[in-house]
Amino acid sequence: MCTVCGCGGHSVEDQFRAHLEKTGKAPGNGSGAPFAVLAQAGGGGAHAHSHDHAHNHAHDHGHAHHHHHDHGDFHLGQGPAGTEVPGMSQERLIEIETDILSKNNNFAGRNRAELAQKSIFATNLVSSPGSGKTTLLCRTIEMLGDVPLAVIEGDQQTTNDADRIRATGAQAIQVNTGKGCHLDGRMVETALERLKMPEGALLFIENVGNLVCPAAFDLGEDAKVAILSVTEGEDKPLKYPDMFAAAGLAILNKVDLAPHCDVDLDLYEANIKRVNPAIEVLRVSARTGEGMQAWLDWLRAGLARKGAK
Amino acid sequence: MHEMSIAEGIRGVIEDSARANSFDRVTRVRLEIGRFAGVETDALEFAFDVVMRGSVAEGAELQIIDLPGKALCYDCAEIVEIEHRLDPCPKCGGGKLLAQGGEEMRIKDMEVL
Repeated sequence: MCTVCGCGGHSVEDQFRAHLEKTGKAPGNGSGAPFAVLAQAGGGGAHAHSHDHAHNHAHDHGHAHHHHHDHGDFHLGQGPAGTEVPGMSQERLIEIETDILSKNNNFAGRNRAELAQKSIFATNLVSSPGSGKTTLLCRTIEMLGDVPLAVIEGDQQTTNDADRIRATGAQAIQVNTGKGCHLDGRMVETALERLKMPEGALLFIENVGNLVCPAAFDLGEDAKVAILSVTEGEDKPLKYPDMFAAAGLAILNKVDLAPHCDVDLDLYEANIKRVNPAIEVLRVSARTGEGMQAWLDWLRAGLARKGAK
Repeated sequence: MHEMSIAEGIRGVIEDSARANSFDRVTRVRLEIGRFAGVETDALEFAFDVVMRGSVAEGAELQIIDLPGKALCYDCAEIVEIEHRLDPCPKCGGGKLLAQGGEEMRIKDMEVL
């Protein structure tokens, strides 16, 4: 992946290109293309950027700077701070340019590398409390039969959920966050050290029931799966968009209750897709088993992708 | 959301930097926060003051630079700037937009003694 703009790989550009092709719009026909990469620049692997590359200069302060292809180059930002900001003295300015959550991201990166090495497909299950995550997991474990798997359960208090998972015979570890409202990369690293997971296993990380904070904390998972039960209201994706924007799959759970609560499942789905046009949506009832097969197929496909690395 | 965790993340980065760059006081910290990062500026300012107590950045001024929210419109294939995640495309009015930036949460730089 390009480290300057993030393009390439499984990026939104790829999704967008696929979308354009599907809708019959030719990608890369000039000015309308939002990504330079869609212009399909010739020359094999090279890709052209139309945007400015990131420099260590502060662009927003109006001083002239020249790109290094110009003759008569000069470079600001060569002082000890590596940058120049009007009103701030160079010796005393320290350029950081670090993500605030970089520590968490380092843990997540290590988790991701370890999971990749063992071809483990990891999902981070996120939802409000009471959407049915644990019931969905118990049912999933029963239906998966002998697929190796493990579960990391996040809650503020109690081992109730891990106990429910262990009752199915599966390996589970409970992480109590105390006052914490989300799992973070370090907690998952510790849990992974304690779990003995075989190669090619599925890892389910059931996050603390909270539709807000877990969106920002990468755990090293392959995908976030947002679970929404039909009793929560069709506009929930609009009220809590960050989580649905971060998820790769949304499960609309408890669809067996839909006839009893006057809900519009199509509207649920439309609202989820309004927040995240690229998301997949599955309608499931963990209680009756409706839609469970599609969810298992999604998991098996993810596992197959990890194994085929 | 979780502005306290964010402030703790900032303190961690500042303390690492203080060790690496040998300074013992921070007078100003500049952050870049995207429009879609889910960060409440007021809450972060409050959390920053509280969390920095006892650190090299106690009493430091916090400046937050707003980064715009950008999204790709699936209908007109343009990258547009929007205020809120669910705003329609300002060019074509389309409702299918995929965020393309605006989730940044970075410490840009800081002034130290």
